[in-house]
Amino acid sequence: MSFEEINVEINQYFKTVEGFKKDGYEMMIDLTAVDWYRKKEPRFEVIVNLLSVSKNSRLIINVNVPDEDLKIPSICEIYPGANFYEREVFDMFGIEFENHPELTRILMPDDWKGNPLRKDYGSGRIPVQFKNAPKVD
Amino acid sequence: MFSPDNIFTTTIDKAVRWSRTQSMWPVTFGLACCAIEMMAAGSAKYDLARYGMEVFRASPRQADLMIVAGRVSQKMAPVLRQVYDQMAEPKWVIAMGACSSTGGMFNNYALVQGVDHIVPVDIYVPGCPPGPQSLMHGILTLHEKIMEGEINR
Amino acid sequence: MNEEKDLKDDLDFWATNSEEGGWNISSTDEGSQKMLEEEDEKQIKIQTGSDVVDDYVYSEETTDDERMIVNMGPQHPSTHGVLRLQVELEGEVVRRVKPVIGYLHTGMEKTGEELAYFQGPTNTTRMDYLSPLFNELVFSLTTEKLLDIEVPERAKAIRILMTELNRVSSHLVALATGGMDIGALSMMIFGFRERELILNFFEKTSGLRMNHNYIRPGGVAADLPDNWQKDVKEILKIIPEKLKDYDEMLLDNPIWQGRLKNVGILTTEECFAYGITGPSLRASGFSWDLRKRQPYSGIENYDFEVPLLTDSDVFSRWRIKVLEIYESLKIVEQTMDTIPKGAYRIQDKKVTPPPRQRLDESMEALIHHFKIYTEGFKVPPGKAYVAVESPRGELGCYIVSDGSSKPYRMHIRGPSFCNLQALPVIMADSPIADAVAAIASLDPVIGDVDR
Ligand code: SF4
Repeated sequence: MSFEEINVEINQYFKTVEGFKKDGYEMMIDLTAVDWYRKKEPRFEVIVNLLSVSKNSRLIINVNVPDEDLKIPSICEIYPGANFYEREVFDMFGIEFENHPELTRILMPDDWKGNPLRKDYGSGRIPVQFKNAPKVD
Repeated sequence: MFSPDNIFTTTIDKAVRWSRTQSMWPVTFGLACCAIEMMAAGSAKYDLARYGMEVFRASPRQADLMIVAGRVSQKMAPVLRQVYDQMAEPKWVIAMGACSSTGGMFNNYALVQGVDHIVPVDIYVPGCPPGPQSLMHGILTLHEKIMEGEINR
Repeated sequence: MNEEKDLKDDLDFWATNSEEGGWNISSTDEGSQKMLEEEDEKQIKIQTGSDVVDDYVYSEETTDDERMIVNMGPQHPSTHGVLRLQVELEGEVVRRVKPVIGYLHTGMEKTGEELAYFQGPTNTTRMDYLSPLFNELVFSLTTEKLLDIEVPERAKAIRILMTELNRVSSHLVALATGGMDIGALSMMIFGFRERELILNFFEKTSGLRMNHNYIRPGGVAADLPDNWQKDVKEILKIIPEKLKDYDEMLLDNPIWQGRLKNVGILTTEECFAYGITGPSLRASGFSWDLRKRQPYSGIENYDFEVPLLTDSDVFSRWRIKVLEIYESLKIVEQTMDTIPKGAYRIQDKKVTPPPRQRLDESMEALIHHFKIYTEGFKVPPGKAYVAVESPRGELGCYIVSDGSSKPYRMHIRGPSFCNLQALPVIMADSPIADAVAAIASLDPVIGDVDR
């Protein structure tokens, strides 16, 4: 099994993925993002994970998304299976996917505010209060 | 109709209470891991049929008991409340598992920290997941509570 | 054609000659008359069409108001958890389906960033609650890859033993709930009955029936219990017998076959397009199993086959699960004989806390123990993706480490999340009665979908 990792520029992204699809990477296994808040510039990185069953190899593509404009082309046309993943990244990180057939929130309720997996979004920890808890004195 | 300490209706009170405990039909409200244990409790080895509760009703209208089995997310909370509202009185709620009792190990943005924020809970069953025996113990405790409690709740 | 013309002539005749029934007699408006005439023609077409049964297809003539959107779930007995489907129906036929998910979103990826690596399996095990050990395994393997350590042989063998038993129990639940959805209620009772056997063994080993937190980075939490061979032997004896019972009950059962054969076709191309792996892909005639092609945890040393079926329908997706149970039991049998002696977790001071007995004797051991359990061990910066073959397909874990003792980003690639995308493909243009069978055959676990 071979395992490769490449970095591509955002304007080359769609073409690269298309090329790899023609090259025998039949499946898109995973698509996710990482928020490098205050650690790296630019802040967001999208990670696409392709699998070729014929060549038995994996390929990870890293794309940096520019800070000014959180947009990246959608690869739904190439791999229809990217649909849910892109919606998840949109929901969790707020990165927009251009030409996505239906870019809406997927995991959180539609009227939710904020993008939970961003690093500047608190985990929302609330202290749990137990009713009628015995008093300690 | 029945007032709690009515000397004339004590016997019938008891009969009503007893009949309520004998075949409580739960509404299917399986959410997560705990739901699997709830199903295990309903099937061959543990056999909830012994308490007359093997029929998990799909319709809340036909159910007396809601076993909230699993974690309740913010998105699910309105649905849960709606199902609860549709149940006919008298109705009881068992919060099964750490998640539905307190939020469990997931103290974060997505989960409701305990279903008692949304619906009144009668019995909390601890465990992650509580085994079928624990669930049964919870059910028996609820039976005790009904037998001793007030009839018009 | 002739008939149609006759009918039209008839209608025209009545329209112009009858006194009260003519709807276009009183109409003076030219445009509306024309419209009505067109409508007549339409009516005629539909009428003549319905005479021929084979022609009973809704085509262009159908207006949109014959379509109906039905909401199924999130609280529904046969959607395997809190899955919600918006189904667009045309009469009895499903035209479009939209799965709506997120009703069990637990924020586990966020929680995973707050838990140290040794706590990670506690979190991941609750994702796919039917195959918790696989989640633990994939998390541990990824962490070990980042740490660049190799666990002892015995730990590897225990991992294989436990996960393969877990595959059996998971498939048994899939068969049970699938049977219940389709109406074979006894299957439900049977499946859970046999699963109890395996769960008892798990409880003996790890202390819990589900959500074990047993496989951890660096090995497993505890050694196998004394006399474990006896329990496993019993499992190996009873389950194949019971599987024969299932076959007797269902395999040649005409009702079962009639409901499942040629229903819910999912071809290999569609699997590729949607990234579907696991039993669904193998049931479509493409042999792809990570255990064979990208082996993990020493599974390449065991002798087993990958079952393959070619019909791509619900029946073969059901059947392949039964066949896989046999293969998993084969692996379990081999571990019984070949399991090596030795340590069950890595003897690396960085990762493993000292054993309990040492705590009473040595201050350093106590400090070390305390440090590992409060702070956790540090993991060198880097990224890693590891995948294993879970009962539902490829289960992957992607961890980004920044050098601290907690993952900077932890992402789990759940197979159910991906497989759910196939639902619209499977269900489209099939009767609503088959919808439930299609859902059951994909066997989604909502905990894994929503995380
Ligand atoms: S209490 Fe535990 S078993 Fe139950 S839903 Fe929560 S995590 Fe799952």
